[in-house]
Amino acid sequence: MSDPIIELVNLTKRYPGYTAVDNLNLTINRGEIFGLLGPNGAGKSTTILMMLGLTEPTSGRVSVCGFNSTREPIAVKQRTGYLPEDVGFYEDYTGLENLVYTACLNGFSREEARLKAEGVLKRVGLWEAATKKAGKYSRGMRQRLGLADVLIKDPEVIILDEPTLGIDPRGVQDLLKLIHSLSREEGLTVLLSSHHLHQVQEICDRVGLFVSGKLLAHGNIETLSQTLFSNEPFVIEARVSSRDTADKLVNSLYQIDGVLRVTADGNKLDVGSARDASAEIARAIVESGADLTYLLKKEYGLDDIYDHYFREKVESYA
Amino acid sequence: MISMTTTLEKKLKAMHEELLVEQPRTRERVASTAKERKPRLMTQSPFFAIVNKEIADHVRSWRFNVMIALLGLTCLGSLYTAVTNMTAGGSKDEAEGAFLFLKLFTMTDGTLPSFTVFISFLGPLLGIALGFDAINSEQNRGTLSRLMAQPVHRDYIINAKALAALIVVSVMFLALSLMVMGIGLIRIGILPTVEEFMRILCFVGVSIVYVAFWLNLSILFSVRFRQPATAALSGISVWLFFTIFYQLLVNVVARVSAPSPMARPEEVLQFQQFIQTLLGIVPSQLFSDATTTLLMPSVRSLGPLTMTQMVGTIPSPLPLGQSLLLVWPQVTGLIAATLVCFALAYVSFMRKEIRPR
Repeated sequence: MSDPIIELVNLTKRYPGYTAVDNLNLTINRGEIFGLLGPNGAGKSTTILMMLGLTEPTSGRVSVCGFNSTREPIAVKQRTGYLPEDVGFYEDYTGLENLVYTACLNGFSREEARLKAEGVLKRVGLWEAATKKAGKYSRGMRQRLGLADVLIKDPEVIILDEPTLGIDPRGVQDLLKLIHSLSREEGLTVLLSSHHLHQVQEICDRVGLFVSGKLLAHGNIETLSQTLFSNEPFVIEARVSSRDTADKLVNSLYQIDGVLRVTADGNKLDVGSARDASAEIARAIVESGADLTYLLKKEYGLDDIYDHYFREKVESYA
Repeated sequence: MISMTTTLEKKLKAMHEELLVEQPRTRERVASTAKERKPRLMTQSPFFAIVNKEIADHVRSWRFNVMIALLGLTCLGSLYTAVTNMTAGGSKDEAEGAFLFLKLFTMTDGTLPSFTVFISFLGPLLGIALGFDAINSEQNRGTLSRLMAQPVHRDYIINAKALAALIVVSVMFLALSLMVMGIGLIRIGILPTVEEFMRILCFVGVSIVYVAFWLNLSILFSVRFRQPATAALSGISVWLFFTIFYQLLVNVVARVSAPSPMARPEEVLQFQQFIQTLLGIVPSQLFSDATTTLLMPSVRSLGPLTMTQMVGTIPSPLPLGQSLLLVWPQVTGLIAATLVCFALAYVSFMRKEIRPR
């Protein structure tokens, strides 16, 4: 059941001297939480700006909720909430006043706006701080207020640019949980960009990896790791007491069935295999007389996907 | 009426509760909300929401209140000198005698400049103060990209800001002038004639256009420069350039290109007109030309008059229509300069890429 709400077709944005977004094709379905991942300067923000019609694409097409973002930005912006990176508020206004202003800009009357603002403030858990000046808000509170600001227009899609930036780990957890529950309860489509992988990993249905304006891969985390690491689905890391024994062990580990790659780095051994060979590896090391100090079966998370991609690709693109 | 409001309230409350206890949306539900969205209750257009907020911000700001205090004080000061001068000396000039009330705005005993001179001096400062951080401070605070993400046209923002500042300036000038008139009325006890009143209103109009020029210039700088301080300083330097250095330059040019004392009258006339054209670029010159003519009905020409032109004229004040005709080029020039500044600011704002800070 795919019901595309955001469609990017051959989207390209060139600035003088470089290409920020390069021939991007992506479809995001209604109700999804999509994570746009990539290092700084990968073109995530530019892509988001084009989705909102704030920047014109050099070529290609963006449509959000069935409207062309470049031609009908107002219609898109009525249905889309956008939380910019490092969002700002009028600091001498209270949180509530800031929200009322946003609601008024969305065409609500003052009374409606006030009711709405109170509603969303309660939703994001800022009700106690409603009458506090926004300038006095902590960073985490500001992001919550930003989320309230996004929700006040009853959006169908919310786009969050680096929502977790600069918040402490606990605040990040709370914020992500809030985003997740909002998306699930109200059927909101969420697009969030980040360069923090494990934070986003937990709540995203799908992620897209973005480097130098190109979408390198997208899908959910399991399929990503499967496709990326199909040749070498298991990696076992072992550490022995000394460097010499590690070097000697390399050959004997190659004998184990399924082992595809063994590399020694100091006293650390990195074994890539087609099956889970951790037991055999441990036995082989112990039988060779070496002291096994540490053994870890790696599971691929987004971190590794990230590493895998960015270490190599960034270099090759650079 | 009461029942209508209560049903409205109930409806709103229902909407409000719906927001709080939201069920998972199915496709139909989303589709239905999308349809409902269109005939939304449009009691306040977003444009006027921005204008309202900007006016409120100006009125509450320290900057504006300091300017008001400054203008109020100078206004009272010049009024005081005008009134004391008037009661002491009386009217010597018969032609002016009929327009005693206008002297409240132009009269001075030399210790304090007159009200019009104060306006021509402080007006630019007011305009610059109201506009120099219009766009860039929003950008630096990170509110511009949030504002742009709302369903408003991009030009709403710059238009609303210019309009709000203009409204503030207009109300303030009108109030100040009416205050001067009111106090003058009490102090000198002479009623203004309709013509005098109209002349004063025209003066207020010209002052507003004059301040609007500086306002739009500083809005232009606020779009171009990221730092409010840079924008403010640029505005102030343009102002200083025109008030001090430009006059010096014109003097130098005049001295160099002055015709010899033996020159024919046509040459002298040409030279005079040339200097006048040079000075005509300066907004404050345009303003003071326009206000002098409007407030001193005896001024018959802003350029040189030859003896042949003077022959047979009756030394009487000009009617308002003629005075207006006389200052029309000046006023047009001011309006044009204002519009050019605004157009430049508008275009460069529309082309600007709004990135989060």
